[in-house]
Amino acid sequence: MEINNFVFVLLSLITLLCAMGVVLVKNPIHSGLYLVLTMFSIAGHYVLLSAQFVAVVNVIVYAGAVMVLLLFVMMLLNLNKENEPLKSFKVKMLGALVSGMLLVSMVAMYKVKMTTQSMAGIPISKDFGYVKPLGNLLFTKYVFPFELSSILFLAAIVGAVFLGNRNKIEQ
Amino acid sequence: MDLLGFENYLWLCTALFCIGALGVLIRRNVIILLMCIELMLNAANLLFIAFSYKWNNMDGHIFVFFSMLVAAAEVAVGLALIVLIFRKYRTTDIRMFDKLKG
Amino acid sequence: MKEFLPLLVVLSPFIGFAINGILGKKMSKSLSGMIGTLAVITSFICSVILFLQVRSTGGFEIKLFDWLTVATFHVDFAFRIDELSTWMMLIISGIGSLIHVYSIGYMHEDEGFARFFAYLNLFIFSMFLLVMGSNFVMLFFGWEGVGLCSYLLIGFWFKNIEYGHAARKAFIMNRIGDLGLLIGIFLIYKNFGTLNFVEITGLLSSGMHDVASIQWITLFLFIGAMGKSAQIPLYTWLPDAMAGPTPVSALIHAATMVTAGVYLVVRNASMFQLAENTTHFILIIGLATSIFAALIGLFQNDIKKVLAYSTVSQLGLMFVALGVGAYTTAMFHLTTHAFFKALLFLGAGSVIHAMSGEQNILKMGGLKNKIKTTHLTFLVGTLAIIGFPLFSGFFSKDEILEKVYMHSPIIWALTLFSAGLTIVYMLRMYFLTFWGSFKGTEEQKKHLHESPISMTFPLVVLAVLSLLGGLLNLPHFFPHGVAQIQADWISRIPSMQALKVVGHEEHGSLIYILMGIAILVVFILGFIVYSFFNKKNFESAESSSGFALWGANKFYVDELYNFTFVKTTEWKGDMYYAIIEKRIISPFAMSFAKISQFFGKSLRRFHDGNIESYLLYFIIGIIYFVLLILL
Repeated sequence: MEINNFVFVLLSLITLLCAMGVVLVKNPIHSGLYLVLTMFSIAGHYVLLSAQFVAVVNVIVYAGAVMVLLLFVMMLLNLNKENEPLKSFKVKMLGALVSGMLLVSMVAMYKVKMTTQSMAGIPISKDFGYVKPLGNLLFTKYVFPFELSSILFLAAIVGAVFLGNRNKIEQ
Repeated sequence: MDLLGFENYLWLCTALFCIGALGVLIRRNVIILLMCIELMLNAANLLFIAFSYKWNNMDGHIFVFFSMLVAAAEVAVGLALIVLIFRKYRTTDIRMFDKLKG
Repeated sequence: MKEFLPLLVVLSPFIGFAINGILGKKMSKSLSGMIGTLAVITSFICSVILFLQVRSTGGFEIKLFDWLTVATFHVDFAFRIDELSTWMMLIISGIGSLIHVYSIGYMHEDEGFARFFAYLNLFIFSMFLLVMGSNFVMLFFGWEGVGLCSYLLIGFWFKNIEYGHAARKAFIMNRIGDLGLLIGIFLIYKNFGTLNFVEITGLLSSGMHDVASIQWITLFLFIGAMGKSAQIPLYTWLPDAMAGPTPVSALIHAATMVTAGVYLVVRNASMFQLAENTTHFILIIGLATSIFAALIGLFQNDIKKVLAYSTVSQLGLMFVALGVGAYTTAMFHLTTHAFFKALLFLGAGSVIHAMSGEQNILKMGGLKNKIKTTHLTFLVGTLAIIGFPLFSGFFSKDEILEKVYMHSPIIWALTLFSAGLTIVYMLRMYFLTFWGSFKGTEEQKKHLHESPISMTFPLVVLAVLSLLGGLLNLPHFFPHGVAQIQADWISRIPSMQALKVVGHEEHGSLIYILMGIAILVVFILGFIVYSFFNKKNFESAESSSGFALWGANKFYVDELYNFTFVKTTEWKGDMYYAIIEKRIISPFAMSFAKISQFFGKSLRRFHDGNIESYLLYFIIGIIYFVLLILL
């Protein structure tokens, strides 16, 4: 399947380049925009893996809500290129070294632990990735975490509101 | 669908994760730090979906679902905290937040 | 029932100790006094019952439980109830009860009242274990226990540091003797393979032993006796022990603890009989102690110190008796001595009580009309100790003299000399205290009063016993029904049964001659002393020169010991402290602290509060886990 491979390679390239962009550019706003692009490309990967629902959710939640929030906060704090603090070269080197080590060790782990047997797959079912099977699972097998997550959200909302309004409450 | 061998997803996600780790170690702005953490989370999610595809098991999707959920909540609360800190310290440089010293 | 009684005898004072020790402060004084006294009276009643039982059925052994078992070494926690132990039990519990009654009156003002009774009960408990034990380990257990109680009771008024030193001295000197006893016990086990008295006697009589080791064993056992029964050279603690309350002196240092040494020898009589060198040694030490202590006592002015040296001297006499192989005679003198010495001490306590705490006899005088009961009982005790005819002391001393003469006339003469000294110093004390004019202060004169009945009642009982105690062992020429009751009784124990019978020549008329000489000596010396004191109305007191001064200073023995032993030990202690403690042990202990500090300091550098570094450590941790999976 040539075209699949081609798409995969393209998407991977975009993902990786955008990720590098997030990390390396100086201006925080640019960094945030690069992250949005990364989200989109990952959504593309999801589609390629026939996880359509998750792809859409990714775009709506991450790119739509989370990134917007982040960008708003950045604009609120008025961050731009002048405010960006600089790090010493030594620290950057150390950081690069350590994450390089991480990469190398993880790759090594895969190489050592992977066998051809463990990489064999199973052909997918007809409904894979659709909303219906997802909802089915969600409300039967994973109903308890689902309910708990509602409490989690409640806590997060209350926390965020409280923290945001602290001055007014103390007055 | 044969996707150039399945290992490629592994390498992709690992690379994404490590780029996120690099960002965490290098950047001093706390908001960008949060963004790099998001990047790491996304890498993990992608891996989950990949394996879910491989084993033909929808549980992976559920996990990703919850992971996004938690990430959203975490970002909300985290940003509220950052705003508060900014009000006090007037900077987002993490090196200034050293009250845990000693 | 048979098993229960000995257990009750032993447990009763122990329970008294526990109750008084734990709840003592919360109880009223009369209640704690009653509990303590009742405990001992209970033991007395049980002892009487056991005595009667042994009289009908003979001695027996009761095992409570297996105590120590290590490979082939086996020791039981068992009691040996036979003639000797019941005799001792009667003395301990009988005189003990009287002294408890006395203490209720004597210690009435003291705030440590309950503690006193607790310690007294503990002492009685340990003493019972000592005499009732069926093997050497039980004996040693009681031996140590009485040593401990002696320490606790001598230093009872612990707020005075001098008393504490006296207590410590007593304990340490006892300990030196105990070392000898322990070595003796080890040797016994090595030679006989058992520590049970009856078994040892059995092995001895069947001839499985060698004389050399027996000599050493008995020597070491005697060293233990020397410490406990205050013989030369381990006697200096006893006069210092007068720092304790008078009932303590009466009970421990007159009637019971100091007799433990004699008991030890009599219990192993057959062993001692086989070791001639040791018995000669015992004879010499006993005689030397007897004379030496009597000489010191002659020049003492504290009423209790005179009695203390008198005790040492009389103990010497007992060991003289043991040294010539007269075991029952020694027991007889032990019994009569218990009666009259306890009486004398309690009487002295009564006198001190009447004199509002004054103990110097030179400041007393003319008390015979003021404190009549005390005076009369004290007189009885004095007459008993000097061997006045028909009193108990007369019969016991006379028997000792008789047995000694049969051994060697020279030793007899020396013993007679010691007895003579006893007469002189006791009568000196008596006359100075009760006759002549009152030499105390006006304050004391006003407060002179007779002691309460709780104190005089035991005095009277003991006086009667001192008077009639002689009946226990009348000489041979009395009709058989009353003669030698006690000697026959004691002779029934296995150890005595195993004695090789010594040829007993019947010295018919010789006995009368000896007795006559003794009586004559008593009367002559008594008359001399009486006239001496009565004529001059003796004023000057402090010994000022020559021999008298030496005597008053106890012949400087304590100073000698202090110089040779105490100072060297202190010097050694200082040296050890300076070198070993400061330079070796202290730095070693400090090094642990320093290592901890080092680690703390170095690890602290990781906690710099810097979030970046924390994140770095995070990632490094993740790498670590990955590597774990990898490898």
